[in-house]
Amino acid sequence: MLDNFGYFWEVVLKGLPYTVYATLGGIAITIVLSVIAGLALLSGSRTVRFISRIYVEGFRGTSELVQLFWIALALPILIGFQLVPLWAGILVLGLNHGAYGAEVVRGAVQSVPKAQVEGAVALNFTPAQRMRRVILPQAFIETLPPFNNLFIQLLKSTALLALVSVPEMTKQAEELRPIFGGQVGVIYLIILVLYFALSVVITFVMRLLERAAARRLGRRPVKHDTLSDPLAGMPVGGSALGGKP
Amino acid sequence: MWSWELFWDSFSALLPGLWITFAATVCGALLAYVLGLVFALIRQVRVPVLSQITFGLVEFIRSTPLLVQIFFFYWVVQPWMGVQWSAFWSGTIALGLHYACYTSEVYRAGIDAVPKGQWEASTALSLPRRRTWTGVILPQAIPRVLPALGNYTISMFKETPLLLAIGVIDIVGAAKDFGADHYSVEEAYTMAGIFFLVLSFPSSILVRRLERRFVKH
Amino acid sequence: MSSIDATEEPEVGAEATDDSANVMIQFDGVVKQFGDNVVLRELDFSVSPGEFVTLIGPSGSGKTTILRLLMTLEKVNGGTIQVDGEYLSHMYRGDKLVPADEKHLTKVRKRIGMVFQQFNLFPNMNVLQNITEAPIRVLGLPKSDAEERAKDLLDMVGLGEKVTAHPTQLSGGQQQRVAIARALAMRPDVLLLDEVTSALDPELVAGVLNVLKEIASTTDITFLCVTHEMGFAKDVSDRVLMFDQGQIIEDASPDKLFTEPEHERTREFLHAVIDRA
Repeated sequence: MLDNFGYFWEVVLKGLPYTVYATLGGIAITIVLSVIAGLALLSGSRTVRFISRIYVEGFRGTSELVQLFWIALALPILIGFQLVPLWAGILVLGLNHGAYGAEVVRGAVQSVPKAQVEGAVALNFTPAQRMRRVILPQAFIETLPPFNNLFIQLLKSTALLALVSVPEMTKQAEELRPIFGGQVGVIYLIILVLYFALSVVITFVMRLLERAAARRLGRRPVKHDTLSDPLAGMPVGGSALGGKP
Repeated sequence: MWSWELFWDSFSALLPGLWITFAATVCGALLAYVLGLVFALIRQVRVPVLSQITFGLVEFIRSTPLLVQIFFFYWVVQPWMGVQWSAFWSGTIALGLHYACYTSEVYRAGIDAVPKGQWEASTALSLPRRRTWTGVILPQAIPRVLPALGNYTISMFKETPLLLAIGVIDIVGAAKDFGADHYSVEEAYTMAGIFFLVLSFPSSILVRRLERRFVKH
Repeated sequence: MSSIDATEEPEVGAEATDDSANVMIQFDGVVKQFGDNVVLRELDFSVSPGEFVTLIGPSGSGKTTILRLLMTLEKVNGGTIQVDGEYLSHMYRGDKLVPADEKHLTKVRKRIGMVFQQFNLFPNMNVLQNITEAPIRVLGLPKSDAEERAKDLLDMVGLGEKVTAHPTQLSGGQQQRVAIARALAMRPDVLLLDEVTSALDPELVAGVLNVLKEIASTTDITFLCVTHEMGFAKDVSDRVLMFDQGQIIEDASPDKLFTEPEHERTREFLHAVIDRA
C-alpha cells in the first residue's frame, strides 16, 4: 500500500505551489477589497454605501462555486477574453472572501468606542486623520481573529479550483484516483494533512500579528484554545446574509 | 452571444436541481444539528479519550476542504465501511459532518453562556446530571444558538453545489448539464446564481429575526 | 449526657459525633484553599438541630465558602464535614474514610437546601415548574402532590397568585421568595441562606426577611445564614458566628455579640456595617 507513497507525495507536491499561490493571491485581494468595501459600507455617501452593499450581498448571497463557474466559464464567453484558470480562481476567491471581510472591517470599525472618536474630534483631527490615526489602529486588532477564520476558509476554498482544471493539490489527487483506485485513501490523507498544515501556518502567522498588535495597544494577548474560532466574526445582527463559517 | 431564450429555458431545467439542493441542505443540516450537539456534549461532559478524539477530529475537519472530504467520504470511507450509498447520501453525510464541527462550537458557546448559578441551583435541588442537562441547561442554551445555526444552514445551502463533484445533479449540476446540452454555459450559470441569491435573501432575513428574538443584547 | 452550664456555650469539637442527636452540622478541622489563597484554616464548629446560626464577617472571610462546602458546590482540602452524623465530604470505603464520590454526594445533599444571592430560578420554567421540578424528579412525588405542595408554599411566601408567572415577570423580591419556596419544597433538614437579600432593591428586602422569619419560627429546619442584615440577624438567630480570615473569632448569642462583643475585630466590623446602614 505504501509502495507508491513516494510517487503520490511527488505528484501531490506538484500541486502545492498552485494551492499556495491561490491562497496568497486570494488573501491579497481579500484584504484590499475588505478594507475598501468595509469602509465604503460606512461612507457618508448613500451611493457609495449602496454600491458596496450590492457587492457584499451579491457575493455572500450566492454560492462560491457558481461564482467560480461564472467567472471562469461564462464570463470569458461574454467578454471574449479567456482568463487563465488560476487567475480566474484567485479573482473569485478574493471577491468572495472580500465580501465577508468587508463586514469584518465594518464591524471592527464600529466596535471602536464612541468616546475614542469624540476624543479625536476634540483634538481637531480631520475625518481622514481620525480614521487613520485613531480608529483603524484600534479596529485592526479586532479584525485579526475573524480574518484568521476567513483566510482558513479561503485556503479550503482553493480546492474548488480543481473543478476548473487548476492543477492544485486536489486536482492532482483527482488525477491519481482513476489509476490508483484502491490506494486513493492514502492520496487523500496526504492532501488533507497538507491542507491542515497550511491552516496551522495561517493561524500561526495571524496569532503572531495579533500578539504584536496587542502589544502595541498595551493589551494582553487573548488566549485561544482552538485553531480557528468559528464564532469570531459570525454576523450577529446588522448584517444581511448568513455567516461564513 | 447571450441568449435570453436560453436564459428563460434554463429556469425550468434547474428546478429539479433545486429540490436536490434543498434536500441535501435539509438532511445535511439536521445531521449537523444533532451530531454537533453530540460532539459538544462529549467535550463538555469530558468523556475521557473520546473527548480528546472529538476535539482533534473537529479541529481537523474544520481546517480542511469540504470538497476533499466529500471525495474522501465517497471514494474511501464508503467502500471501507462496506456500504454503497448513493452519491447524494454520501455527499450529504459529508456535508453534515463537516458542519457538525462548526455547530458543535456553537452549542459549546451556547452552553457556556448559561450562568453558573443554574448549575449550582440544580445541584442544590439534587437534580440528576441528565435532568440538569435536559431540563435546565439545554432549554436555555438552544434558543441562544438558533440564529447561529440558521447562519450555518444558509452556508450549507450555498455549499451543496460541491456535491456535483461526485455526480449529484443539484442546481449547479443542472446548470452545467444544461450548458453542455446547449453549447452555451453563461445563461444557465447566471440563472443558478439568481436562484441562490433569491433564496439566500429571505432566509437570512429570517435568521436576523431569530437573532432579534433570541439573542438579547 | 453531660450537664451544661446555662451560661456557657456547649463545647464543640472532636467527640461531638458521639451524640449526633444534638448535632446537625459538624465541621472538623476543615481547610479550604483556592490556589495559594487559604479561605478556611482548620475550621471547627457545629450547629444543633433546629438552630438558626448566622455567619457574619468581612467579605472574603470564608462565610459563603462554608455554605458552598455544605451544598457540595466545593470540595474540602482538609478536615471533614458531617451532617446529622453522616459524613458529607467523605465516605467509608470498608472502614477507611475516603473523599466522597458523586454517588455519595448525591445521596447526602438531598437533605440540604440552598437559597442563592442571585435567586438562580430556572428561566425556562414558570414559577410552579420551578418549585415542582425537584420534588417530581428527585423525590419521585406524583405531579399533583408536588403541585399541591408548591401551591401551599407559594401561599406561605405570599405569591399564591403567581403560580403561572414567569420568573422574568417577577420583581427581585418575588423571585427570591419563589426560590425560598423552591428550596423548601424538598423538605430539607438544613437550609443555607447565602446573602439572600444582597441583590435586592432596599424596599424589597423586608418582604423576603419576613418570610424567612416566619419559616424559622414555624419549622424545625436548621438554618445557616450569611447576611449583612444585622437587624434581621439579631431578631432571628440563636447564635451568631463572627468570621475573620477563615476562622471563627467570636461565637455568641446575638444579644451578646451585637451589644457587647468581646473581640476588637468584631467591634470594628459592627461599627463599619452599622455606620454604612
